[in-house]
Amino acid sequence: MPKLDLNRISMPKQEPLVRAKNFNEVALGYTAEMALAEASRCILCPKRACVDGCPVEVDIPEFIDAVRQGNMRDAVRILKSKNSLPGICGRVCPQETQCEETCSLAKKGAPIAIGRLERYVADWELAQGEMEKPEIAKPTGRRIAVVGSGPAGLTAAADLAKLGHEVTIFEALHIAGGVLMYGIPEFRMPKHIVQTEVDYVRSLGVEVRLDSVVGKTFTVDDLLGNGYNAVFLGIGAGAPMFLNIPGENLNGIYSANEFLTRTNLMKAYLFPEYDTPIKAGRRVAVIGAGNVAMDGARCSLRLGAEEVYIVYRRSEAEMPARLEEKENAKEEGIIFKLLTNPKQFFGNDQGWVTGMECYQMELGEPDDSGRRRPIVKPGSEFTIDVDTVVVALGTTPNPLVSKTTKDLEVTRRGTVVADEETGKTTKPGVWAGGDIVTGAATVISAMGAGKRAAASIDETLRG
Amino acid sequence: MYKILLREDLVPSIHLFKIEAPAVASKAQAGQFVIVRVDEKGERIPLTIADWDREEGSITIVVMAVGATTRKLAQLEAGDYIPTFAGPLGLPTHIEKFGTVVCVGGGFAVATIVPIARALKEAGNKVISIMGARNKDLLFWEDRLGSVSDSLIVTTDDGSYARKGVVTEPLKELLESNEKIDRVIAIGPTVMMKFCSLTTQPFGVKTIVSLNPIMVDGTGMCGCCRVEVGGETKFTCVDGPDFDGHQVDWDLLFARQRIYLDEEKRSLEMWEQLSKSGSEK
Ligand SMILES: Cc1cc2nc3c(=O)[nH]c(=O)nc-3n(C[C@H](O)[C@H](O)[C@H](O)COP(=O)(O)OP(=O)(O)OC[C@H]3O[C@@H](n4cnc5c(N)ncnc54)[C@H](O)[C@@H]3O)c2cc1C
Ligand SMILES: Cc1cc2nc3c(=O)[nH]c(=O)nc-3n(C[C@H](O)[C@H](O)[C@H](O)COP(=O)(O)OP(=O)(O)OC[C@H]3O[C@@H](n4cnc5c(N)ncnc54)[C@H](O)[C@@H]3O)c2cc1C
Ligand code: SF4
Ligand code: FES
Repeated sequence: MPKLDLNRISMPKQEPLVRAKNFNEVALGYTAEMALAEASRCILCPKRACVDGCPVEVDIPEFIDAVRQGNMRDAVRILKSKNSLPGICGRVCPQETQCEETCSLAKKGAPIAIGRLERYVADWELAQGEMEKPEIAKPTGRRIAVVGSGPAGLTAAADLAKLGHEVTIFEALHIAGGVLMYGIPEFRMPKHIVQTEVDYVRSLGVEVRLDSVVGKTFTVDDLLGNGYNAVFLGIGAGAPMFLNIPGENLNGIYSANEFLTRTNLMKAYLFPEYDTPIKAGRRVAVIGAGNVAMDGARCSLRLGAEEVYIVYRRSEAEMPARLEEKENAKEEGIIFKLLTNPKQFFGNDQGWVTGMECYQMELGEPDDSGRRRPIVKPGSEFTIDVDTVVVALGTTPNPLVSKTTKDLEVTRRGTVVADEETGKTTKPGVWAGGDIVTGAATVISAMGAGKRAAASIDETLRG
Repeated sequence: MYKILLREDLVPSIHLFKIEAPAVASKAQAGQFVIVRVDEKGERIPLTIADWDREEGSITIVVMAVGATTRKLAQLEAGDYIPTFAGPLGLPTHIEKFGTVVCVGGGFAVATIVPIARALKEAGNKVISIMGARNKDLLFWEDRLGSVSDSLIVTTDDGSYARKGVVTEPLKELLESNEKIDRVIAIGPTVMMKFCSLTTQPFGVKTIVSLNPIMVDGTGMCGCCRVEVGGETKFTCVDGPDFDGHQVDWDLLFARQRIYLDEEKRSLEMWEQLSKSGSEK
């Protein structure tokens, strides 16, 4: 057996202090030499342990082998046969808890950098200019409405179009892409890449109708009554959660959704060239510790903040953000205020936030989530001076669709009830998948759900 | 892209646009709004639906040119296109047979109040309308509002036309008169809505106002439009825009409308410079 090469090739990045002042992509991508070196470490284990960790079962060893052989076209084809959006997944998937966690070399502390190779392959194809189009089955005469153009909707639409169905995506916003466009910042997920992948889906024959708010412009029943044979709901979990503590409506306090939408979708970082403004003050507190919080904090820095805090009620071990994003944030100088929970906000007589009173917390017994429950330390209140606050506690489903669709069962949390294997909801002709079913999760799990639903829709319509 | 079918200047700073948007037109109801973007780098702004024509597939909006976005819109002509026109958003105004309803419209919102007055009248209400403007030159649609009201009172702040004074004066007189008023609907500048609410409060007459905070998506996704009504936080774009005026925290609304004053000024200055240099070319 050849000796294992445990020298995982790291990703070149912009220097922390430089990148903290610009919105350009942080991770620069592998060069051809780096990709070859990394691909060559793969031992092509027959067990294909990595594939088990991949929610859409990409043929990982095969595409890596194609990279190693220099057959880039093959690598693209293998990758895209399972994953229509590799340029996105290669950038934002939490590989460390998926394919790279199950990779045989993970035990030795040096899993193959599958995500980086995936990105390399996608970027290679992009650089060639021309995207290869897969074969499209002959038209079935069936029409499908896909609601929402996030990863779940795009994946379902692409798969259904390849199967010969006529697909229309209805998207509420003026740009397609979902969270990839409005939430995840440019420096992590360049918008031209998202748009290239949206264009790819369009090139399969999918029509994208923007400015179409289902529940308002059309209802699900309108769609079913107007010639659509099936509806797939991929509307995400887009409604922001707030703390519900005193002072939360003061000026300068944003939901992460608003802060990120202004910055990313509306390009407020280019104000006044772009019309939409944003106020990122000098001292910013971001409440929460997921990817969304890291994105809020890192955007604040780039918008000119001097001091940015992550305020989190548990300890670092419980932080839900991807490891890479946590490290990036730290390198850029974001200050983590752990075991800290806001009690109330203070403002000035103009209605602007000036401070935040917090409790010190400690960890008690594990709770339902298995993580240790944070408990208030009595009498521990202290105040942090802030002029901007970004509340990044997570999101819940937006009820616009569920409120206007009869027979569609939702849970108490507002998520749509759907079969895990097929995506079928309680309403005939309606499927759902992605964050609207699971609550806020990941890009790849939304894509997986879109894929499974597409297969089920196809089977039902042909049946 | 959405085509502008018609443009009309109601008064020098208030413009009417008829926009081709069949999907919105097929669903529009009185009191709802659309989100508009005027160009590819533009902001998303909310504008009330002033009228609709389901057969033609068109929506009418009436816009007061105040800042960068509304002034850019004001430069467009019939035949031009705008990139974003999403709606109908928000809940429609609650219409039923209340009895006698006073509809108060101020400034550009006279256009907003017309379809509401019309719907109220169709529902069998007696509709008394009051419209106000700063002066004679800013008045429009007196005839339209008159045609959907049982009676109409017009005021100008400076007395240059009809009755001198502000809309709250005739409103108060009506409440004090023998006429039983069952409901008041007041739409216009925030100050006007606040003072109408303060006027009706002692009389205990339910007063509906249409709030106008800053918005982004208009679909309940961002929370930018949050207001406090009866001590509870509401998202205007999905829970409103109509709310009980007696329960609204007006100071909070005023403060939140001023968040971007500096940026709005900068945008406007930039736009003015650009349009000046453009016209010199
Ligand atoms: C800031 C941020 C950072 C994140 N970082 C990561 C990361 O690094 N890695 C990762 O894996 N995941 C990350 N996530 C999570 C991930 O983005 C989501 O889990 C994923 O996008 C869900 O996909 P979806 O297709 O279900 O929904 P979404 O991406 O939310 O898309 C839903 C789409 O539906 C549209 N829509 C909603 N309602 C309607 C309606 N009524 N009518 C028409 N259209 C409608 C929305 O406008 C939107 O475009 C992040 C999320 C956020 C917010
Ligand atoms: C539900 C609703 C319905 C409305 N209907 C109409 C209408 O029918 N006709 C009309 O002329 N105006 C209407 N408005 C107000 C209109 O949206 C603002 O005048 C417009 O956004 C100003 O944009 P600007 O760039 O021209 O001016 P700016 O210089 O940006 O701002 C001028 C004023 O408009 C407010 N404003 C700025 N940006 C926004 C925004 N994104 N959303 C809301 N308010 C903002 C600010 O508080 C400021 O006081 C409505 C507002 C709301 C919330
Ligand atoms: S488990 Fe790791 S080493 Fe094995 S084939 Fe997959 S990527 Fe290569
Ligand atoms: S405008 Fe975003 S929630 Fe109302």
